[in-house]
Amino acid sequence: MSYKKRVDGRDFHELRKIEAKVGIIPNARGSAYFKIGKTEAYSSVYGPRELYPSFLQDPTKAMLRCNYNMMPFSGSGDRVRPGPSRRSKEISMVTEKALLPVLDLDSYPNTVVDVFVELSQTDAGSRCAGICAASMALADAGIVMTDLISAVSVGKVDDKIVVDLDYEEEALDAEVSDIPVAMIPSTGEITLLQMDGIIDKKTLLNALKIIKEPLLKINEIQKKALKKKFEIQGAKK
Amino acid sequence: MNKSKLKVSDNDIVVPGELLAQGMNYLPSHGTYRLKENILSSKLGLVRIDGKVIKLIPLSGKYLPKKGDVIIGKIKDINFSGWRVETNSAYVAMLSMKDASSDYIPKGADLTKYFEVGDFILTKITNVTSQNLIDLSMKGPGLKKLNSGRIVIIDPTKVPRIIGKRGSMVSMIKNSTKCNIIVGQNGVIWIKGEPEDEYIASEAIKIIEKESHVSGLTNRINEFIKSEKVK
Repeated sequence: MSYKKRVDGRDFHELRKIEAKVGIIPNARGSAYFKIGKTEAYSSVYGPRELYPSFLQDPTKAMLRCNYNMMPFSGSGDRVRPGPSRRSKEISMVTEKALLPVLDLDSYPNTVVDVFVELSQTDAGSRCAGICAASMALADAGIVMTDLISAVSVGKVDDKIVVDLDYEEEALDAEVSDIPVAMIPSTGEITLLQMDGIIDKKTLLNALKIIKEPLLKINEIQKKALKKKFEIQGAKK
Repeated sequence: MNKSKLKVSDNDIVVPGELLAQGMNYLPSHGTYRLKENILSSKLGLVRIDGKVIKLIPLSGKYLPKKGDVIIGKIKDINFSGWRVETNSAYVAMLSMKDASSDYIPKGADLTKYFEVGDFILTKITNVTSQNLIDLSMKGPGLKKLNSGRIVIIDPTKVPRIIGKRGSMVSMIKNSTKCNIIVGQNGVIWIKGEPEDEYIASEAIKIIEKESHVSGLTNRINEFIKSEKVK
């Protein structure tokens, strides 16, 4: 069986439509919004600030604490049960690990940087959208970081490698694998790699090669959004 | 190898991971780092090129306490030997009894007589340890408790713009609004004057915070204050 045309009519290596904004939450030190297709992620960053209970404090560097949460109405019909779940805890953890390699938290010992990721609407690829939003929010907060992180999913549907799967595609009655990937654009290093489904080694390596270009495209969008915050109408530079 | 190329120009806004220059002829300074032969930025900021040195002026970030800085702090707690002071940084500072006043404070005295919880004080950082424990002192010219007035908190990276070249910006606001203004290095600003003037001054400061990276700021602020005063 062969997958000829994608469910939503995109090309096999085409991303969904992306929107990104920075500085949307005035109370937070840094904040960002990232929308890819129908998946919407909001992220806000607080800190570095004091960390309690104090036994969690690390005297060599600041701690990064991520919190991923889907809003109750964010699913497609059924109410998402609020509060932490096994899934959201896992995603919080992988978000943290995906972001940590670029962050330099040495100058703020004994403190914590809190990153909140909230999803108001989800249609697959939510952890990737969350990571993209979180890295923009961290940059907006003035945290020292070597690079932004860009993330998107890649996968295999039947015999085709596809980029940025949406929910309908993930749920197809076919051989589907879904691999969220996060990358440091300047070095090409991968900071998140998970998989759902089955894929063979050769295809996986091929998929990771293909995903680089869309990830760099996302990086450009992130950069543009960060700069746009500082454009002031009617004023010249 | 020796073909060094600059990828940005002075005053450009750059984001983390952006390529600033190629080749070994340029040197990375504040907010930048070298990756192989390239210089990349590690912060959101404005590029400043000074000969061969490339550095960034950050556009946001939390205050990092520095020895010798004069800051405005808020008394958070009182204990046996002094006060705990909130500094608008990630750390809480200590003001000990012996540094709190030029008078001798006897042991066991009622410390609320000097500063109460919630008071704002203009104070100086005397010491910062490697773990960022901060010591404060009230001994020095102009250091005092700040009575009445209002407090505006801004991004600490914008403090140099609020002050301006040799204090030009802040004295302009002071003169045109007839307010007394004190700017703490930690981004806390104290304004005292007539209520309407205080309001105009605080609005002007908020505009500076928002538009600090755009040139011609002093003129715009001057016009803003004039137009506000007419109302």
